[in-house]
Amino acid sequence: MKGMTIIVKTITKFLSPLIILFGVYIVLHGHLTPGGGFPGGVMIASCFILLTLAYGKEIAYKKLKRSTSSVIESLGVLIFLILALLGIFVGGYFFLNFLPLGHPLKIISAGIIPLCYIGVGLEVAGAIFAVFLALVLFKAGEEKEKPQ
Amino acid sequence: MIFFLCFVIFLIGLYCVIVKKNILKIVIGIAIMEYAVNLFLILLGYRWEGVPAIVTETVTQAKFVDPLPQALVLTAIVISIATLALMVSLCIRIHQRYKTFDITKIRRLKG
Amino acid sequence: MNLIPLFIAVPLGVAFILALLGKFKEVVSDLLAALCTLSLAILSFVLIGQLKTHGIFVYTVGKWTPPWGINLVLDGLSLLMLIIINTVAFLVIIYSVSYMKKFTAKSRYYALFLLMLAGMNGVVLTGDFFNLFVFSEIAAISSYALVAFGVEAEELEASFKYMVMGSIASILILFSVGLLYGLTGSLNMADVGRMIQGRRNVLLSFSMTLFLAGFGLKAAVIPFHAWLPDAHPSAPAPISAMLSGVLIKALGVYALMRIFFNVFGMGLQLYWTFMILGCVSMIGGGLLALRQEDLKRLLAYSSISQIGYIILGLGCGNYWGIMGALFHLLNHASFKSLLFLNSGAVEYSTGTRKLEKMGGLSKVMPVTGATSTIASLSISGIPPFNGFWSKLFIIIGLIQAGHFVLAVITILASVLTLAYYLRMQRYAFFGELKEGLEKIKEAPFLMGFSVIVLAIICLGVGILFYPVMKIVLEPAVEVLQEGIRYSSLVLGG
Repeated sequence: MKGMTIIVKTITKFLSPLIILFGVYIVLHGHLTPGGGFPGGVMIASCFILLTLAYGKEIAYKKLKRSTSSVIESLGVLIFLILALLGIFVGGYFFLNFLPLGHPLKIISAGIIPLCYIGVGLEVAGAIFAVFLALVLFKAGEEKEKPQ
Repeated sequence: MIFFLCFVIFLIGLYCVIVKKNILKIVIGIAIMEYAVNLFLILLGYRWEGVPAIVTETVTQAKFVDPLPQALVLTAIVISIATLALMVSLCIRIHQRYKTFDITKIRRLKG
Repeated sequence: MNLIPLFIAVPLGVAFILALLGKFKEVVSDLLAALCTLSLAILSFVLIGQLKTHGIFVYTVGKWTPPWGINLVLDGLSLLMLIIINTVAFLVIIYSVSYMKKFTAKSRYYALFLLMLAGMNGVVLTGDFFNLFVFSEIAAISSYALVAFGVEAEELEASFKYMVMGSIASILILFSVGLLYGLTGSLNMADVGRMIQGRRNVLLSFSMTLFLAGFGLKAAVIPFHAWLPDAHPSAPAPISAMLSGVLIKALGVYALMRIFFNVFGMGLQLYWTFMILGCVSMIGGGLLALRQEDLKRLLAYSSISQIGYIILGLGCGNYWGIMGALFHLLNHASFKSLLFLNSGAVEYSTGTRKLEKMGGLSKVMPVTGATSTIASLSISGIPPFNGFWSKLFIIIGLIQAGHFVLAVITILASVLTLAYYLRMQRYAFFGELKEGLEKIKEAPFLMGFSVIVLAIICLGVGILFYPVMKIVLEPAVEVLQEGIRYSSLVLGG
């Protein structure tokens, strides 16, 4: 898998920062508009998947390894859990929204919910890319086995 | 009734799971069943002439559709993605071991 | 009492920390997993005293009150399940420290195991239909992965079968949850229970049927049992112990009990449905177990048969029947996990699961031989052990409810159980030592430890059945007997 033609590579080069930016926007505005952690995370992961498909997996590995994406996934879950557990220590309730709620329709509002979304977004992006890489690796392993 | 349609899709998925021999087609059948249930949940939340439940500066007092089933469907989709990924990877592994996707030939267990 | 969410949060957190620390030494992940499950097991015993003083406890997540927010409910039944789940999980973790050495990626195994544990604790604690679905999916998905953990051909096949059946079951459950939401506009169990009281229409019956089919598939009662005899033997031994001993009860039987007793309310038809399902699985599982050549397959069919006892006892609907069913649930968790762990020890030492290749193993493996004799006697209902009391209570319940024929059938099924366990004992552990088996050794110490503890539980619960009954089982029976009053208890007023 050496990657696709020059057209695909060039378009990918232009598109991928925009896709990531849009994913981050969706994650950060999760408490105001439709979207949130999961759709944004999927978009971020899809950008990396696009890179892998267009450039071949050798180049994509240099950008983001599978182990790195697993680590990001675990970190995302841990952020989410720590926020939930902090609720117990601050106010005595699991998942208590302990930060000030702020004013509706502003970007900094709704207490811990944006922070939770960041955790979820990281988790989903890491997990989906890890799953994709795992499936790709299976196929690569198969190709290696066949000639023998 | 439009709910009947969901049930028809559900039955199509079930037919696919039961009748097809290829394990990948079985996976597709399960995915179809999941979509049928998700569609059903979304339809439950629909109100006549409702608008999406998003509060912005312009839309504050309108007739919203029920947002709760939408949240449920999102969660269900996440779960079904996890199941689907695991299933597809199992299929690849099975193909490595048995060199076939045919369910009638994958019969090493008796039962 | 603020500690209830820890049952879900701690295993979840430790699972992902283990996934992060995967590169480090194995000892770290062994220690962390064992500590986590040990603390949860101790915590569940501490809660017994708390429950006695406070009564039913409703924990509101994020300070949102029940009909709108998510709540966790701790009552007698949940507590009983928590004790069973966490104790067995701790012993199984101790066992797998030695057993899982032959597999690679042990920290990933622990991570999946703890995810499954978090899912089961969540199922038992939640008071909300949709969370019941989500947690049961968490537990189920990690169990699919654990069944296929060895990535051999048979394991993959079994896991695929299990997965197809399990996914269909969860889709049915989700469908039913959707129907209930459409009918009542609520997802809280107590709230739904309050709204559907006295209402009987076609959609409600349809949703009940879907629940029965969905959770019946997860509990492997007999028309829905096809995945169990493949999935349970193929998994690594500690996982089969966990699946057979705990998972089918937490996901299947507990959910059936909670939904049908506390939300819908039992009627005459439902009692009969439970009794017929129970009776068929009891006899069918027993007969199928008789002709098995594979040690773990025999145990798997026996699980179906014993689940049949539990469902039958629930179907009686009176005090002794329910008491017997819950007691049998507790006992089955102890002796079936003991038997599966023993089969794992046999496989570890001899390298085979076929009954005809074994023989005289108690001479070379005294601990395994002795404990599996205890478990076999106990599961067949021989007096000093715990299985006797639970079967006796179920029979008393049946006679009180006036079903003499079923009582006789239950006694016959018990004889059947004795028959196939004696057959297993004779082939595997007694008699002449087969050639080529002289050199094998007893399993390592840590495996022996958890097996011995489980055997002591079997014997101890059998002798001290009265205090166990009063302290742990009585509150759980009360919960089921109160039936649909559950909703007013949870919502208060």
